[in-house]
Amino acid sequence: MHLPTLIFFTLAAFLIISSLLVVFLPNVVHSALALVTALLIISIFFVVLQAPMVGVLQVLVYAGAIMVLFLFVIMFLNLTATEPRRRAWLSFAGLSALLLGGVLSAMLTQSEPAADPVAATELFGSPEMLARSLFNDFVLPFEIASVLLLVAIVGAVVLAKRRS
Amino acid sequence: MQTVPLNYYLILSAIVFSIGVIGVLVRRNLIAVLMSIELMLNAVNLTFIAFSRFLGSIEGQVAVFFVMAVAAAEAVIGLAIVISVFRHRQSVDPQEMQLLKW
Repeated sequence: MHLPTLIFFTLAAFLIISSLLVVFLPNVVHSALALVTALLIISIFFVVLQAPMVGVLQVLVYAGAIMVLFLFVIMFLNLTATEPRRRAWLSFAGLSALLLGGVLSAMLTQSEPAADPVAATELFGSPEMLARSLFNDFVLPFEIASVLLLVAIVGAVVLAKRRS
Repeated sequence: MQTVPLNYYLILSAIVFSIGVIGVLVRRNLIAVLMSIELMLNAVNLTFIAFSRFLGSIEGQVAVFFVMAVAAAEAVIGLAIVISVFRHRQSVDPQEMQLLKW
């Protein structure tokens, strides 16, 4: 087994373990910390897959901003009591997830594209190339995304505001 | 240097997505459910990036960019709803939210 495959399997094992911890740890704060670990490992995968810009965005936006928001809300609500677990649901959920995972793997791996079509150029996945695609072909979705973020800001303020 | 095949990444993201589905089904805490949804979104992002790399097209990375923007909006609105629900009934258990249940 050569080195890239070994590194892949190590990271994949860590990713699966930390996602299981996200789901099964009883304390929400611990789940949030496990989720940060999972997001950081996914950002390593992004960098390995020649998407350095998206990897940096992943660390900044997900592991940085969104998880800070999650932790802030957890501590704001002061949820110290651990929740009761849905024992009856666990077998059903495990079974359906197993089925879903099998179907997804089978469907995704059906079409094998060419083995390694991208020469490992410096340009692919760079901020420049991403921005070129974003501002040439995807200008309208980009603007719609900015409107969506504005709506989210206003909506969050309206929802979380105390009724006076 | 020989790289890891595409199928490995696809199977890994399918596994992580399924774990997220388990979280949505078994957790009884709205914030944990939201975190499981974030996990599922990230599994999909990994698929996008893997396909982008192996098909040699940048569009997958652009899609991930938009997924991140939508996920940020979703997290903000979801957590605002959680705060609002907690104010009303001092609980974040989704099982107690059955006002619409017939």
